[in-house]
Amino acid sequence: MVNKMVDIIPEITKKSITNLINNGERADNRALDEYRDITLETGVITKAEGSARVKIGNTQIMIGAKSQIAEPFPDTPKNGVLMTNSELLPMASPTFEPGPPDERSVELSRVVDRCLREGGVIDLEKLCIIPGEKVWMIFLDIHVLDYDGNLMDAAALGCLAAIMDTKIPEATVRDGEIVIDKEKLIELPIKEKALLCTFAKIGNELVLDPSLEEERVMGARITVGVIEDGSVCAMQKGGEEPLTKEEIMKAIKITKEKTDILRKHLN
Amino acid sequence: MIIIITLGKKEGSVKRADGRAFDELRPIKIEAGVLERADGSAYLEFGGNKVLVAVYGPREFHIRRFQKPDQAVVRCRYNMAPFSVDDRKRPGPDRRSVEISKITSEALAPAVFLEKYPRSTIDVFIEVLEAEGGTRCAGITAASVAMADAGIPMRDMVVACAAGKADDNVVLDLSEKEDKEGQADLPVAVMPRTGEITLIQMDGNLSSEEFEKALDLALEGCKKISEIQKDALKTRYGE
Repeated sequence: MVNKMVDIIPEITKKSITNLINNGERADNRALDEYRDITLETGVITKAEGSARVKIGNTQIMIGAKSQIAEPFPDTPKNGVLMTNSELLPMASPTFEPGPPDERSVELSRVVDRCLREGGVIDLEKLCIIPGEKVWMIFLDIHVLDYDGNLMDAAALGCLAAIMDTKIPEATVRDGEIVIDKEKLIELPIKEKALLCTFAKIGNELVLDPSLEEERVMGARITVGVIEDGSVCAMQKGGEEPLTKEEIMKAIKITKEKTDILRKHLN
Repeated sequence: MIIIITLGKKEGSVKRADGRAFDELRPIKIEAGVLERADGSAYLEFGGNKVLVAVYGPREFHIRRFQKPDQAVVRCRYNMAPFSVDDRKRPGPDRRSVEISKITSEALAPAVFLEKYPRSTIDVFIEVLEAEGGTRCAGITAASVAMADAGIPMRDMVVACAAGKADDNVVLDLSEKEDKEGQADLPVAVMPRTGEITLIQMDGNLSSEEFEKALDLALEGCKKISEIQKDALKTRYGE
């Protein structure tokens, strides 16, 4: 089951959405730089070390964090490892098929991973147990349950919330052996709160948090990741149409404002 | 309704590790219509299990060679989230989930008027978000509600429940611990209106008396869960 389904958009739908946006309006009455309603819950999976369920409009994603002790990568022997995975579950959309991750899923997990990693969200050095031998490996699994547009922002917000919710057992070294105290749980060493904002270019405008309908007609997409001081830590363009420098700078400016608001959901 | 009277032995007083009586189900909660995109969906919590089911269809079966010219096919995908268990499960299908997917489709299909939809497929996606023993039964129970929510014409709503043997006692609805350490596990799915069984599996060791007792317990458990399934639909759509 890996066949790709063709998504055919009626020309009239495309025109009506584009005309609305060119007039500064959207089909769901939002402003061009307005998110849909966001809800965020954490601690939803008891067996996961950390978890979150995030909803942006009707898009719904669950994220679970699991930990494992593993060998570090040879080039970073003193660092723990963060692994981000995503699954576009076939339950989430009629266009998602079971099977190995397709390019959409790979892009999603890689962009979110980039935001978390380059944003320095976790102090990976503190996840080292024995340098060069044993470190903590944190798995983040992004489970897309319902797809109604803008998976990236939802996944990044959910991952950050899941990381903040995560508690791992304390690992100490005694006589060269690792002792894991499952009774003593410690929080992950968090340094930064990096988040993503995604815009769709439709007509002459950039719209924040595109709905599924808007994603289907967009010419291009730009996702920007920023950390708390406003510096950019990740970026990804998608879609077949170009963007101008002005548009990209505008996206960064709006991202700085909007991520400050998004971060309030984390407390 | 049949009331089972157990004779002689002291099961009535036997307390299980989690404090339940031998014929007591774990707390159960079902909600219908929880997803936006799917044609039908349901969310179920059963003890520590959390299961989400989405149904798409009946829709065109785009793989021609698998189409049935005179009826629809029920396809099921049972999948466990990597974070649903203590040690992270590697994403993707393994032998266990492939088998459960197959028997789940076969458990659900008998209830559906398949002949109404030739060359179609009804796709059932079962996502185990958290597992605590008895996920296949939880999946089937939730899938029926999701299929009803999708408006698929059915003879009955299939419901599933397991019984088994733990600490030498035949008990209803094994918890994760009882499943792992217990002596037998007997998952059963049934169409409650007629009592026809659409799934039965067993592993472990049971004498024939114990087996019959376990089966009766499981069927009785199914009846109770069936009421909760109906309540979920009534809550969603009114009486």
